[in-house]
Amino acid sequence: MYSIEKAEQLADKVYQMWVKAPHVAHHAQAGQFVIFRIDEKGERIPLTISAVDGDSFRVIFMTIGKTTTHLAALRAGDSVQDVAGPLGKPSETHRFGTCVLVGGGVGTASLPIIARSLKASGNRVIGIVGARNAGLLILEDEMTKACDELLISTDDGTKGFHGFAADLLKQVMAREQVDAVWIIGPAMMMKVTCEVTRPAGIKTFVSLNPVMVDGTGMCGSCRVIVGGETRFACVDGPEFDAHRVDFNMLMGRLRTYQPEEKESLERYNAHICACRGGDSHA
Amino acid sequence: MRISVPAGVVIPMHDRNVEQRLHDFKEVDGGLTADEAKIEAERCLQCKKPLCVKGCPVTIDIPAFVREVASGNFRKAAAVIKEQNMLPAICGRVCPQEVQCEGQCILGLKEKPISIGELERFVADTERAQGLVLPQRKAATGRRVAVVGAGPAGLTAAAELARMGYAVTLFESLHAAGGVLMYGIPAFRLPKEIVKAEIDAVLSLGVELKLNHLVGRSVTVKELLSYDAVFLGTGAGLPYFMGLPGENLPGVYSANEFLTRVNLMHADAFPVSDTPIKRGSRVVVAGGGNVAMDAARVARRLGGKVTLVYRRREEDLPAREEETRRAKEEGIEFVMCANPVKILGDQGITGIECVRMKMCAADQSGRPEPVPVEGSHFTIDADVFIAAIGQGPNPLLISEIPDLRRGKRGNVIVDDQFRTSMRKVFAGGDVATGAATVILAMGAAKSAAHAIDTMLREE
Ligand SMILES: Cc1cc2nc3c(=O)[nH]c(=O)nc-3n(C[C@H](O)[C@H](O)[C@H](O)COP(=O)(O)OP(=O)(O)OC[C@H]3O[C@@H](n4cnc5c(N)ncnc54)[C@H](O)[C@@H]3O)c2cc1C
Ligand SMILES: Cc1cc2nc3c(=O)[nH]c(=O)nc-3n(C[C@H](O)[C@H](O)[C@H](O)COP(=O)(O)OP(=O)(O)OC[C@H]3O[C@@H](n4cnc5c(N)ncnc54)[C@H](O)[C@@H]3O)c2cc1C
Ligand code: SF4
Ligand code: FES
Repeated sequence: MYSIEKAEQLADKVYQMWVKAPHVAHHAQAGQFVIFRIDEKGERIPLTISAVDGDSFRVIFMTIGKTTTHLAALRAGDSVQDVAGPLGKPSETHRFGTCVLVGGGVGTASLPIIARSLKASGNRVIGIVGARNAGLLILEDEMTKACDELLISTDDGTKGFHGFAADLLKQVMAREQVDAVWIIGPAMMMKVTCEVTRPAGIKTFVSLNPVMVDGTGMCGSCRVIVGGETRFACVDGPEFDAHRVDFNMLMGRLRTYQPEEKESLERYNAHICACRGGDSHA
Repeated sequence: MRISVPAGVVIPMHDRNVEQRLHDFKEVDGGLTADEAKIEAERCLQCKKPLCVKGCPVTIDIPAFVREVASGNFRKAAAVIKEQNMLPAICGRVCPQEVQCEGQCILGLKEKPISIGELERFVADTERAQGLVLPQRKAATGRRVAVVGAGPAGLTAAAELARMGYAVTLFESLHAAGGVLMYGIPAFRLPKEIVKAEIDAVLSLGVELKLNHLVGRSVTVKELLSYDAVFLGTGAGLPYFMGLPGENLPGVYSANEFLTRVNLMHADAFPVSDTPIKRGSRVVVAGGGNVAMDAARVARRLGGKVTLVYRRREEDLPAREEETRRAKEEGIEFVMCANPVKILGDQGITGIECVRMKMCAADQSGRPEPVPVEGSHFTIDADVFIAAIGQGPNPLLISEIPDLRRGKRGNVIVDDQFRTSMRKVFAGGDVATGAATVILAMGAAKSAAHAIDTMLREE
């Protein structure tokens, strides 16, 4: 059992949680993730390590299905049954020169730890955080501190630049030399945004999020195609060269369990409603 | 009381009937009653030069334990087995006895060999029901040993070392110990309570189990090497795919993934349990070993029509005969001398294109080599495909230890003492041999534990 030290909501559907797990916290590096299993019946779900402090680490997640919804209902003092990690290869954060980190939605959660690591190796770091609207923006203060410069975009113009993160990335590339780029967000956003850096041949990393089971290279559920070869994202990644990733294959496989995911979430919500109903009568 | 049996009476097996067992994951084989066990043990000739023992990879004194069973001294029988084998309830169920002890038994020439596996299992189950007796521990040596991987190899090494007085830390990356015994072999062949009971027995020797620890990530190689000795039992968990067009469609599984979702994550109970699985109304499994048979039988229990496609002939199937027979009884269709070449479909699987194979001159394995017959392509309707064509050693940790010598297939190279190319580091089980058997993994781990003891005492 691993205890939850702190749990709070950051934005609409977005939560952060600090969990005590020394084996993870003491070894975690930028770009790595953990696998949570909430309880005996729980699914194993991967979440990126977004910060570390002493014996604890932080995850930031969006509620999209049963397990993340259940996780969001947990409070400080509760615990999760299993936390495996840190898993995956760390980000390649050596000295490139100028790096741009682009975050879309909850993918932004992965950026501060990478930014700090890149800064530590002597890079100039520019952050670009995109969200659908101002209410969904996360980690603005933390990213301001971790980066030399932070740019913000919202799809509806409620804050910062009115448009997409990809447009801001183009603006930065037009104004200065960029040596490496990280793009982390939904698969579709990564697929589209990495086209911005392809013509200039700028080294670009994306963090892939296929469905995982063990996270140790034992099942092949997380296989992705990079440069025409099959790779296991949990051990060979999750970060890969964006320009060599087959995003269509990734997105196809992410749809595998859509009907089951819907059933699972509806069942959970019905159960929660029934419990709450029971409470109010008591 | 001695039970007299007319010569030639052979105790039948107690498989549950097919209709029943297709609806659950409970054990298929019901085991022997005490009387049946005695009767079966009576048949043993108590050979002076027992061939059965030669067939046993850990040389259990088989006639001695069988004699105790015949006289009703079941606890004594258990003690005899446990001198050589710490996990008899497991081995009695999953060892390929037909090619080991039973395959050598002299009675096999004329009638049926003694059912040594069933007797071993009976003895272990009887002992467990009465409460396990723990072996003695020697005085603490004050030395620390790290064991990586809690499969049969790691569990055996940990138990042996703990008994010898070492402080043992056992690291396991998953949330449960047992390795393939937990995530691979289905409950209808090996009930999980039994695996858990045997794991508890190992832990009660004072072994410290650290779950969720992936060595190489949660524990660095440097931290690992700070122990006085290290045993690597990380197994052969890397699944091979076939490289077929369509292999990444939703609904294509490695046997490891399919079996893990059900055995470890209980996807058969979805949505009560959270992990989903594609049940598949028509499932094609490629392969012919134990892993393929297990995947096919699990898919069958999830309600699908299941076809097993194997590229060689039926007599070449590497799976245990008994399990092949049971798979057939359960209605699994066998298509022999065929090989999948393409997975058809756009958003999901619609069918598997296969080609017929013909047998030609013997290949390196000594078996006839299967070669595709031109123009013989045919399609099997399917919505789930499971590749069960083999696994390789887990590369993750061993590739991060640069000084560790590895063979062509990625296996860790060991000498006859199970020493690797690095001082203090030993290895055994599937990580050294490639995918093999539970008993070989245990035998290797036991020898390695003794080699570790010798090394540490000489220091
Ligand atoms: C390396 C990695 C790091 C990740 N980091 C984060 C993070 O920091 N924050 C965050 O909010 N999300 C992250 N994700 C995605 C997160 O794992 C999924 O959102 C989560 O598993 C959904 O579970 P659910 O039961 O709530 O939803 P479900 O209803 O089960 O699934 C919703 C969607 O989530 C994806 N998903 C489902 N099961 C899994 C699984 N076992 N593994 C991976 N994806 C799955 C699928 O796209 C699915 O359509 C990460 C994924 C990976 C692979
Ligand atoms: C489906 C299936 C059916 C089988 N049926 C039979 C049968 O009927 N009879 C038989 O004799 N054999 C059978 N086998 C083979 C047998 O299970 C294996 O030979 C045996 O389990 C090998 O034992 P092991 O301890 O070497 O490895 P494993 O059982 O593979 O255990 C290795 C353990 O190490 C862990 N691990 C790996 N890397 C790390 C790391 N870096 N850090 C921490 N932990 C790690 C893994 O999670 C795993 O728990 C079967 C195998 C499969 C897959
Ligand atoms: S070979 Fe057969 S008959 Fe002879 S001792 Fe062994 S089990 Fe008994
Ligand atoms: S999640 Fe199983 S191999 Fe990557």
